[in-house]
Amino acid sequence: MPRRAWFTFFTPILGLFLGLLSHTANAVLTIEISEYTASARPIAVVPFGWPQPDKPPQDIAWIISSDLTRSGMFKPLADADLVSRPTESAQINFRDWRLIGADHIVIGKLQPDGPGKYIVQFQLFDVFSGEQLLGFSFPAKTDELRGVAHHISDLIFEELTGLRGAFNTRIAYITSGKNNRNEHKLVVADADGYNPKVVLQSDQPLMSPSWSPDGNRLAYVSFEGGRPSIWIQEVVSGQRRKVASHKGINGAPSWSPDARRLAMTLSKDGDPEIYVLDVQTGALTRLTNNAGIDTEAVWAPDGQSLVFTSDRSGRPQIYRVAMNGGPAQRVTFEGDYNARASFSPDGKKLAMVNGDGGKYRIAVKNLENDLTRVLTDGTLDESPSFAPNGAMIIYASKYGQRDVLAAVSVDGSVRQRLVLQEGDVREPAWSPLGP
Amino acid sequence: MNQIVKLLLIGVFAVSLAGCGDDATRGSGDGGEVVEGAGGAGAAGGGAATAGAGGAGRFSGDALDNPDSPLSVRVIYFEFDSDEVLPEYRPTLNAHAEYLARNPSASVVIEGHADERGTREYNVALGERRGQAVRRLVLFQGASFDQVEVVSYGEERPVSVGHDEGSWKLNRRAELKYKGH
Repeated sequence: MPRRAWFTFFTPILGLFLGLLSHTANAVLTIEISEYTASARPIAVVPFGWPQPDKPPQDIAWIISSDLTRSGMFKPLADADLVSRPTESAQINFRDWRLIGADHIVIGKLQPDGPGKYIVQFQLFDVFSGEQLLGFSFPAKTDELRGVAHHISDLIFEELTGLRGAFNTRIAYITSGKNNRNEHKLVVADADGYNPKVVLQSDQPLMSPSWSPDGNRLAYVSFEGGRPSIWIQEVVSGQRRKVASHKGINGAPSWSPDARRLAMTLSKDGDPEIYVLDVQTGALTRLTNNAGIDTEAVWAPDGQSLVFTSDRSGRPQIYRVAMNGGPAQRVTFEGDYNARASFSPDGKKLAMVNGDGGKYRIAVKNLENDLTRVLTDGTLDESPSFAPNGAMIIYASKYGQRDVLAAVSVDGSVRQRLVLQEGDVREPAWSPLGP
Repeated sequence: MNQIVKLLLIGVFAVSLAGCGDDATRGSGDGGEVVEGAGGAGAAGGGAATAGAGGAGRFSGDALDNPDSPLSVRVIYFEFDSDEVLPEYRPTLNAHAEYLARNPSASVVIEGHADERGTREYNVALGERRGQAVRRLVLFQGASFDQVEVVSYGEERPVSVGHDEGSWKLNRRAELKYKGH
């Protein structure tokens, strides 16, 4: 279905969906799938068994099914199409599932194991051969059940696609209040939008969250006190410290892959330049020296070089510089505006904001063959961030008058929109694979 | 919302755009940060609590408080992707420079702002260029270095939130914020 038609179709349903979620729990971002790949694979995820008359503490099958749907690579069967509800392998009639067109079937059980504790069992079968492909059992406390469900999604995804799953990860993002534009929050949520936690709230702007490589810390820019400063904050404890508050700009923090250094933009010496801060010693090294704007540095995954935005040629373009400085090489030439690059985890691709004819969209440049492809069709798309498995890119976009997040697969075939229930959301940063 | 309230709000908005004292957003707002751990532990760490100093040298009859003075114009606007100060703002900036030269204890923060097009950190850099362009003019006309500071907010503090030129032209701006006024 063409995208525009889909948006029109989905709009009336959106209100209903948001209404439902406000009852179900603490989902702040709701995720809508707008496109599947043509090759999305049919899979049956049967509701997990639960031995008690009350509702189970989590609907594990629904979480798995939602994860697989979000990947765009699977098409879970609708509940009404489930021909039976097996919870054990002996109850599966593979012939029935073959007839309904499922390639694979997931069954499982959730069982109480003492107060607030559970055992989650699941099995994955190939419907055609009847062969069991996976079977695991996990103990979990109540607040770990969603994480276990995401982990099961990862296992299924990896088994069936050969790619690493990224369902058990988080995103950080910045929100502004609906009625109070001076209410700024830095939020960390599960990658499916659940469990949002406000890790910092301020009445001054917050910007540019950047995950440490181990996912335990965030660097960001805060304007508290009326001037910008760069902070590092422990995600779990909330402990934080200020690492840069020079005269002028303190911006665009980016962790080195070894977590020892932070690249940043400072204008203390006259104009915006890239510096590298040794996080332990506080030693500061200047990397660029140019009369134009140099900003938005990010490290290549091998730590040997960085790319950054510079307008030294007149308009913003992406340049690359060695870790120890030296001359910078221009990387982008397509379009009149290329800025805020982000490396794919394998270092082979760069996502960036590409401006052309007054429209700002997310483009990906393949560094191996130099081909650039524009992946989005908004007019004000920005802040691209790769999923840690490299399959998707999350970015900031507009939907009507609202600031929303969106995600697109690297080949452009799968699209999602993530809408905050109230207010605006921007600057998504996808976490590394969890510990 | 009834029409009268709406009109009142539009009126207030217009006044603040004209640059007459929207200092309420500064000073009182600073330092209200709340930090929390994502892991569920309680608040830790501290938001810096800097109270705005009351401002020395404030007295009745200050030219800054005179609505008919050219000093009452505290916002100037820029063309797209440009840090050039348009000629129409020269008399205004000359008046500010003269005021600063005559009042050595006065100091001003020039806030640089950008519209939402383009990336956020690049817009911080662009906002700083605008602030610096204003600062250079004011210094050239006689203000001293330590009286004029530039802080760029990029696109983070729009005065108008629409996604069209009508809003963008109001957001591409530099604002002069005097301490204590």
